[in-house]
Amino acid sequence: MRAYLPEYEAVSARTLVEALTLLAQGAGGLDGPAQPPGRRWQPIAGGTDLMVLFSAGKLPAGRYLDIWGIEELRGITVAPSHIDLGALSTFTQVRQHPLLACEFSSLTQAAIESGAIAIQNRGTLGGNIANASPAADSPPALLCYDAELELVSLRGARWVPYAEFHTGYKQMQRASDELIVRIRLPRLSAVERERQVHYYRKVGTRKAQAISKVCFAGSFVRDGERLSRVRIALGSVAPIPLRCPRTEAVLEGAVPTSAVIAAAQEVLGSEIAPIDDIRSTQDYRRTVAQNLLFDFLAQAALH
Amino acid sequence: MRIRPQGKQPRQAEKQPSHSRLAGARPQETDCANAQLDAVAATQALTQGGDSAYDSGVKIDAEASALRAYAIGGSPPRREGPEKVRGQALYVDDLPADFYGTGEVELVHGVTVRSPVARGRLRAIGFLPGVPWDEIVVVTAADIPGQNHIALLENDQPCLVSGLINHAEEPLLILGHPDRVIAERARTLVRLEIDPLPPQLDLDDSLRRGTKPDAGPNDVIWGKDNVFKTFTIEKGDVAAAWAGVDVIVEGDYETGAQEQLYIEPQGMLARVRPDGSVEVFGSLQCPYYVHAALMAVFNLPADKVRIVQTETGGGFGGKEEYPSMIAAHTALLARKAGRPAKIVYDRLEDMVATTKRHPSRTHIKTGWRHDGTLVVQDIDFRLDGGAYMTLSPVVLSRGGLHAAGPYACDHVRVRARAAATNMPPHGAFRGFGAPQSVFAIERHMDEAAAKLGMSEIALRKKNLVRDGQTLSTGQVLRERVDMRALLDRALALSGYEAKRARYDEENRRAAQGQGGMHAQRRRGIGVATFMHGAGFTGSGERYLASKVTVDCDATGQVHVRASSTEIGQGTNTIFTQIAAEILGLPPDAITVVRPDTSQVPNSGPTVASRTVMVVGGLVARACQQLKTRLVEAGQGMRLAAAGYRPQQFRAAVQAYLAQHGTLSVTTEYEPPPDVQWDDKAYRGDAYATYAWAAYVAEVEVDLVTYETRVLDFVAVQEVGKVVHPILAAGQIEGGVAQGVGFALYEKVAWREGRMANGQMTNYIMPTSADVPPIRVEFIEVENPRLRGPGGAKGIGELPLDGTAPAILNAVAQATGLRLNQIPLLPEDLLAAYARAGLENG
Repeated sequence: MRAYLPEYEAVSARTLVEALTLLAQGAGGLDGPAQPPGRRWQPIAGGTDLMVLFSAGKLPAGRYLDIWGIEELRGITVAPSHIDLGALSTFTQVRQHPLLACEFSSLTQAAIESGAIAIQNRGTLGGNIANASPAADSPPALLCYDAELELVSLRGARWVPYAEFHTGYKQMQRASDELIVRIRLPRLSAVERERQVHYYRKVGTRKAQAISKVCFAGSFVRDGERLSRVRIALGSVAPIPLRCPRTEAVLEGAVPTSAVIAAAQEVLGSEIAPIDDIRSTQDYRRTVAQNLLFDFLAQAALH
Repeated sequence: MRIRPQGKQPRQAEKQPSHSRLAGARPQETDCANAQLDAVAATQALTQGGDSAYDSGVKIDAEASALRAYAIGGSPPRREGPEKVRGQALYVDDLPADFYGTGEVELVHGVTVRSPVARGRLRAIGFLPGVPWDEIVVVTAADIPGQNHIALLENDQPCLVSGLINHAEEPLLILGHPDRVIAERARTLVRLEIDPLPPQLDLDDSLRRGTKPDAGPNDVIWGKDNVFKTFTIEKGDVAAAWAGVDVIVEGDYETGAQEQLYIEPQGMLARVRPDGSVEVFGSLQCPYYVHAALMAVFNLPADKVRIVQTETGGGFGGKEEYPSMIAAHTALLARKAGRPAKIVYDRLEDMVATTKRHPSRTHIKTGWRHDGTLVVQDIDFRLDGGAYMTLSPVVLSRGGLHAAGPYACDHVRVRARAAATNMPPHGAFRGFGAPQSVFAIERHMDEAAAKLGMSEIALRKKNLVRDGQTLSTGQVLRERVDMRALLDRALALSGYEAKRARYDEENRRAAQGQGGMHAQRRRGIGVATFMHGAGFTGSGERYLASKVTVDCDATGQVHVRASSTEIGQGTNTIFTQIAAEILGLPPDAITVVRPDTSQVPNSGPTVASRTVMVVGGLVARACQQLKTRLVEAGQGMRLAAAGYRPQQFRAAVQAYLAQHGTLSVTTEYEPPPDVQWDDKAYRGDAYATYAWAAYVAEVEVDLVTYETRVLDFVAVQEVGKVVHPILAAGQIEGGVAQGVGFALYEKVAWREGRMANGQMTNYIMPTSADVPPIRVEFIEVENPRLRGPGGAKGIGELPLDGTAPAILNAVAQATGLRLNQIPLLPEDLLAAYARAGLENG
């Protein structure tokens, strides 16, 4: 353990109000002045990423607000038009939810392929989003399903389309006094669901216990020979989990002929911005992303 | 190299399960089904476990059953197994300061300050504010009472740097504080002033620059020419032989560094007694290596240094030489602090700072007749030894001696060189040079077969060595060798010939776009035939002159005293089996004494697949002599040579002790008179005996992601008598898993001589999900010449040798590419396709 413990402060909140109050104090939202960044409270949920940094001595010193015990942030509820997942829904809860497996199978698959069982018991969907790693496994699936996030602070609540949430590397539309409380997945009509095709493939450094080198989620609704509601999102190929609207546009309403697929691959190649790093290469990521697009459409064609 | 859509999308292809999830697939259900299967399997395993001869026997007749289970060839439970399973086994970091009765309650935790650069001169050390420096013990080279080197083959490696830095992560100073967290914090507050020097980070570059005529101080970084060791094996007349060949095949082969990745990182606890003697307890393979190193560092006689092995969570060679370093550091800290000290590395430090498998490069040129007869082999084998010699010459020896493979060839030259670079020193790792050179020759055999237009099987069968023939050193094989039978068995078990033909056809069709769902999959099956010399190389065993003592105490308990360590491989259990069989006693009557240099003689290091064959042989002989002594002592002891009960044995021991005072037998290694080795000429019997093997790997390459998956693995070997079939199979399975990592996953990301991926998230070892089913088969051959207990040979390192080439030979079939470099990651395979200029589809 390389962290220097005296430099950290941690408190556990039991209610949402308690947590939001502490966040607001740090942000200067309540009478007092705004605190410098190092004095503001950073939320910590399952801790599956932060504790790794902590152990390596790389977690910034400061104040950490444990939100694990806030019951209001738990639970998966099903409505006719959508499914709401509390931000503290664990990967285990996601992977075990039968309706998610039917209608949002890429998210189920993402949960299955994230970390080890112990990590899945502890890691949360909200944490996976707020941690903002471009290599996270659930964001590409969430992007494919037009997820929306509810952000709450003492100032009030607001909904943000997930596709607009990440704004740059580790940058996001969450003010320092806000918490992600819910993730909403809109449900398609029964007719559309019948014709929807899901594809999720994580290319990790090994079969399990791996971080993504490329992660691809795709979906569309079959409209005769044509593709509609095309969604394509990738992880580990840009500074943020990336939805690819330009590639989608090539495919939307089109019949996926060889020429169309090749054109979409071309656009995808320019829409992503992979890099060389310790886990893989730019070349590999770009080529495999394009191959996965082909695989998605070719395999989908077989169904 | 990306896949391009083919003219038409396949619509009517067969539906097959794939790795990806598509519409309608419900992972939930699949998982439930799997979970149920897993539960059934687990129940079966438990039931089978409970049915073992040992367990069920207890109900009938505990004594007789235990005797049976502990016989050689039985598979009794591990002796230390229950403690490990229950979490009761104490590893070094579990030990309190007063564990060994020191009375001290507080110890000092040490951390190591290391060089951030690969080469340079340490000018000054500063200490920045932020911790109470007056409470922190600082150990530098100036605190060393004896020699500032880690004694091994050559005393070139300092214990702590005193001026010139020769590799990144080289230890500069040790800091100690009773609070681990403060010690760790202090490490970040040391300011180093280093004048950097240009490092040499490539082995061939180092060899070139070390021998160029105008070599300057930045060219020669070690000795006079950057060469730790070089030797040449010569057989026949290589120069003249080329005239008689029809086909010449040439190739270059390369293997990477590999981390041992034992579960328990390196760690030591040390104390200095009032009389100045030094005691060290820790995780290690070779107590007497550490003993010798500390005698030099502390300038103490042998009886003033005591080394005790604590429970050790794996070694794989990684705890062969490095423990001397961390033991010296810990003991120096204890000396300066005036109380016990402990240093335990975390995973990051263990990975970046300790030794790894030597990276290698091999050039092979062979000459053949059209009919596939191997006429001549010319092999150039180079290892990167890193900054200090450590064990490089011995690793080079083993690598060079295995480089020509198990083939009969009249004209052989092997030129072997180990080069100094400014990389962290490379060291011992299971296989010890052989996995590197065997990879090269076994890939080369497949390339030669392709060039000759022969099957790789026929080519091997034509040239595999037989008893009576000679290896590259001129060693005549006097033991029974039947490599063809092993190969045939491996081929039969794997269905090799049929699959090889089928995959050729399927791959051809897939490349033409006829594969349907599998258009982007290629399959291959590959083989490797190889051997591994058991025990020390050449005259090593003769020099070691290992000793084992077996004695009895007043209760009749038998104590087996050897310095061979239990590192997870089963030493305790196997020594118990050997002693139990020979003495005719139940296992409880036998204690395998914890390796402690004050309690056990020097039976040599726990390395080189020698523990069962060499040390086990000494245990057997000592037990035999002890029994003979009791029998011959005769008068009234009623101890018949034919058989007796444990109570009779105890009574006989007590009667003997009453008369003679002690009952103790020490045996010493006796070199077999017919094993002759010439160290200078590299001629003669390189090893007393060899284990022989034929491995088959089956792979699938996914051209969407360039991932290679090993689907199936067959490991057939002849290792003499199998003393403990379950442990032996475990050795093979574990070695194959490590070989899968060596071949396809484990790649050190070097950045200016530093390991940049020193975490298990980024240095990728395969998990159980990446390792194929491994079918292990032992073929026992009647071999009266074998001297190990019951005719046992070495086994531990063998599986590392043949796994990687079998896999790469399979990948070569699947892809049609020349792939002669490992590890072969998906990124490397993509690059290879790019180089080959091949388009998919």
